Amino acid sequence: MAKGILGIKLGMTSVYVGDKLVPVTVIKAGPCTVVGKKTPEKDGYSAVQLGFKEVKPDKLNKPLRGVFAKRNVPAFRVVREIKDMEGEVGDKVTVELFKDSKKVSVSSFSKGKGFSGVVKRWGFHGWPKTHGSEALRRPGSIGAGSTPGKVYKGHHMAGHLGVDWTTVKNLEVIKVIPEKNIILVKGNVPGSENSLVIIKA
Amino acid sequence: MDEIRAIEQEYFKKNIPDFHVGDTVRVHVRIKEGNKERIQVFEGTVIARKHSGINETFTVRKNSYGVGVERVFPLHSPLVKKIEVKRRGDVRRAKLYYLRGRVGKAQIVKEKKANK
Repeated sequence: MAKGILGIKLGMTSVYVGDKLVPVTVIKAGPCTVVGKKTPEKDGYSAVQLGFKEVKPDKLNKPLRGVFAKRNVPAFRVVREIKDMEGEVGDKVTVELFKDSKKVSVSSFSKGKGFSGVVKRWGFHGWPKTHGSEALRRPGSIGAGSTPGKVYKGHHMAGHLGVDWTTVKNLEVIKVIPEKNIILVKGNVPGSENSLVIIKA
Repeated sequence: MDEIRAIEQEYFKKNIPDFHVGDTVRVHVRIKEGNKERIQVFEGTVIARKHSGINETFTVRKNSYGVGVERVFPLHSPLVKKIEVKRRGDVRRAKLYYLRGRVGKAQIVKEKKANK
């Protein structure tokens, strides 16, 4: 069965695991509450809806307030679905869920890079800096001439980079601190500090 | 940010002696050889202390049979068992990289006099 939790990326640091200094990302995850369920009979798939960041109901619009009131749960700023997770409406989900997990995947929106060239966006190698070169970071040729007479679709070019929903898989869980709602995962995760992340295992 | 600092705090060493750049120190390092462990001592002059928090390191330079040897130790590493201060140095720089160009007696840092 899948399991997941919503959290906020706090930042990075390093901790010692045995004799080795390991880079970790600190994520403040949960406590979340199950605010809804999707079932195969009714919706065609099974999932739970997790609410995160409790707010006063009057901060939300009326339709949302109605949803929370009907299900008899507190109001939440953030609600996301986790597929194939178990739980009943009203259940609390905390980081303790990941105590026995070895590996997790973490998803978030990556940092925005704006309109980026092909070197940054697609890893093109660019051109020589010297020897008369005038094309340092240009893409170069984008295709043949009369045949095919067009540029193929999906050709790598400059454009908007970042702010993509990105997942990093198989991150090691280094430590779980239930009393602070904190989980440490090895390495980096997408997104800037204070951004929403979803941890799944 | 404060929460991250609190997590680092747990990994700090508590018994680090007060030592500065220019001091002569004996660093006891745990070394693994196969499945055996032993302590090795590296003695020399501290020529730099860098970074902060959990990532703080210090560089020790010594002269071994005419060859200059430098080692960088992470201050909070469990491999660094003990740091002994043998002699206080009187220096006016934060980094003593100028010692790298010195030969013979010129490498020796002046000793700090007490009550100065």
